[in-house]
Amino acid sequence: MEKPRPLWDNPLQFIFACISYAVGLGNVWRFPYLCQMYGGGGFLIPYLIMLIVEGMPLLYLELAVGQHMRQGSIGAWKIISPYLSGVGIASVVVSFFLSMYYNVINAWAFWYLFHSFQDPLPWASCPLNSNHTDYDEECAQTSSTQYFWYRNTLNISPSIEEYGSIQWEQAICLILAWLVVYLCILRGTESTGKVVYVTASLPYLVLIIYLIRGLTLHGAVNGLIYMFTPKLEQLANPKTWINAATQIFFSLGLGFGSLIAFASYNEPNNNCERHAIIISLINSSTSIFASIVTFSIYGFKATFNYENCLSKVILLLTNVFDLEEGALTADNLDSMKNYLTSTYPNQYAELLPQIKNCSLEAELDTAVQGTGLAFIVYSEAIKNMEVSQLYSVLYFIMLLMLGIGSMLGNTAAILTPLTDSKFLSTHLPKEVISGIVCFINCIVGLVFTMEAGNYWFDIFNDYAATLSLLLIVLVETIAVCYVYGLRRFEKDLLLMLGHKPNWYWKIMWAFASPVLIISLLIFYLTDYIRTGTLQYQAWDATQGQLVTKDYPSYALAVIGLLVAASTMCIPIGALIIFIMKRLKKRNVSTLE
Amino acid sequence: MHNKQYSRSYFHNIIRKVYFFLNDRLFQGQCSMQPPSLPVLVLELLIFYLSLQYAWDASEEYLFKAMVAFAMRRYSNKETTQISNVLLCNMTERVSFWFVVTDSARNVTTVPGSEVEAAIRMNRNRINSAFLLTDNTLQFLKISSTLSPPIEPTVPVWVIVFGVVLCLVVAAILFLVVSGIRQRKKNNNESAETGDLEDKCDTPVTTENGIPCDILDLKAGQINGVYAADDERFTPL
Repeated sequence: MEKPRPLWDNPLQFIFACISYAVGLGNVWRFPYLCQMYGGGGFLIPYLIMLIVEGMPLLYLELAVGQHMRQGSIGAWKIISPYLSGVGIASVVVSFFLSMYYNVINAWAFWYLFHSFQDPLPWASCPLNSNHTDYDEECAQTSSTQYFWYRNTLNISPSIEEYGSIQWEQAICLILAWLVVYLCILRGTESTGKVVYVTASLPYLVLIIYLIRGLTLHGAVNGLIYMFTPKLEQLANPKTWINAATQIFFSLGLGFGSLIAFASYNEPNNNCERHAIIISLINSSTSIFASIVTFSIYGFKATFNYENCLSKVILLLTNVFDLEEGALTADNLDSMKNYLTSTYPNQYAELLPQIKNCSLEAELDTAVQGTGLAFIVYSEAIKNMEVSQLYSVLYFIMLLMLGIGSMLGNTAAILTPLTDSKFLSTHLPKEVISGIVCFINCIVGLVFTMEAGNYWFDIFNDYAATLSLLLIVLVETIAVCYVYGLRRFEKDLLLMLGHKPNWYWKIMWAFASPVLIISLLIFYLTDYIRTGTLQYQAWDATQGQLVTKDYPSYALAVIGLLVAASTMCIPIGALIIFIMKRLKKRNVSTLE
Repeated sequence: MHNKQYSRSYFHNIIRKVYFFLNDRLFQGQCSMQPPSLPVLVLELLIFYLSLQYAWDASEEYLFKAMVAFAMRRYSNKETTQISNVLLCNMTERVSFWFVVTDSARNVTTVPGSEVEAAIRMNRNRINSAFLLTDNTLQFLKISSTLSPPIEPTVPVWVIVFGVVLCLVVAAILFLVVSGIRQRKKNNNESAETGDLEDKCDTPVTTENGIPCDILDLKAGQINGVYAADDERFTPL
């Protein structure tokens, strides 16, 4: 008697699982950056257009495929066409790479979370140097939050060639992160279904708290005005549209096989069309919501730094020139500076290197994305709030929930095909397979805890998934529309949902999305070819800032391997199936 | 003889007074000079006016002199420094001035700047708290303040939190794994039991109306309970 396929307890668990997977760190740390760089409020126009043209149709496609075939990615694509089992394998490989490096972010979030229970926060002030006369050199040149990230957390080396040793603190945080993930996926949908209630809803609670706190902060309005004023001239820049398309694409997590895996645990008559629309709308509105929070935090931080800078300059001038109290204020600073230059030219000239030009725009202009935004900018803003420990704990719990939610999807993409395969599931129970996958990922992930680990993390982040995913989703769309046949797919949907998809979906699947993905692929390839050698940002401890360096040859080889390992699966898989069929035919014909 | 001694000490006193007087004048004169010309002797001080929670007046200056005298006494362990030994010069509205410490015991010279520096450095905390100020707001411009290191607990806080979370997670994993194994064993046992029952049923047993034949009494017949007459239901004839 065969065991029935495990199912979600109710459709709400499925929606929460997809939201928990799709709403991830990219919504918090990538979208605000794109908004800032590509036209502020005007960026919403290409973003929403891409959502309608690309996001919703492709999401619906993947969910429908998973729900109908009721198998993980490998099995599902095998059913569509035996030659396409390579697509499923490519998805699993990409998911494997992703889960290797993604959990390191959770490890960092744990690290910061555990350090948030101190008073004062450890990144609030610089440590002292050895004879206690001044602050540590490196920290004095940069800020205490950057120092805490680059030195205390990562202990980063000056370049990718210098490996350094494994940082034991990061290693144990990584092990803890993998144990938590294992705990959540241990029992399959039984445990995952309960966990996603928390990982999907808790981030929204924290975001609301931060929204209220952020909007009431002094100077938050500066950030909101600066960021959201639409700069419509950016719409003419092709990069704006390309970045909007890639953001929608990667934010929904298409092509990894996670959505297929989640949908395969659905009831056959689940209304995945409605769910696809709901999930993509919630994902995009979360991005916009998170960027409001981020911009108000930016505004607060920029205003705080600007006012600090001003008061330092005022104090310096007042002390040196023995002026009266209140003679220098923020408003008359410029005119007083001119006056002082004319009356005490020598002394003022001596003092000039110490006087910084304070500018609010310069503070707001520092556009940051990625780990820099999440761990440096936010922690800098948090340390200046009252009750900073509470906000810090809340924030890093939110990052953890977002990260673990995405990890659940990644591991589901790897485990569902493995547990579907008859060979493995008869010999090993589900818990052991999950344990082995987590263990292998953890061991490989220890590479990212070395001193040069962050550079390898950036390599994986930038190259492991980008090109391969575009190719995978392109093949998927073409396969469903042209190889499997759009009419057959329509009939399947009629069987599942009770109605055929309307002309909008069909046009998007058959024409708009493939064209869009092909143009994205062409853009990426030409960009790679044009820039020639690839470069990365390395932290220079002596200067206290990032410098650009070239990748050494073995790093380039690893990049090439990463891209090749997943993309080559598609043609190689087709080739192998082709050869096997040929051999079978030959065997059959020799037997006759 | 008495007269001679008295006259000698009296003379010394006069000379001392004159020295003091002269030095005082000297220092008053030196007070008008710019501090850079007397680098060894004087110490500059700058108070951040905005941080004062009180008005700076002559009484505060007196307190300052007292604190410096206290620091000198603590440092040298001699109880000779008096408040009058501390001279404040060039007081400005911004509350910045420089000061010197004289040593009345040693020929009315000034105490070397390095000694005063060391004395103040040793008692910096006391001086700061006397004025309700900190190292940042009460600056001795030649003394680089030794910053107080943050308090480090013996076991860092984060390790404690980490340990708690780790134990909880490991306990939860073990619980789930063990209960999963037990569930599987129970399922295996149940399927084994149903297997046994089926074995029993395999041996053919002749039955009649569900009752095995060997207990049927074919001669006496079997009373079927459904049709058993319930005497009380029928009205007696």
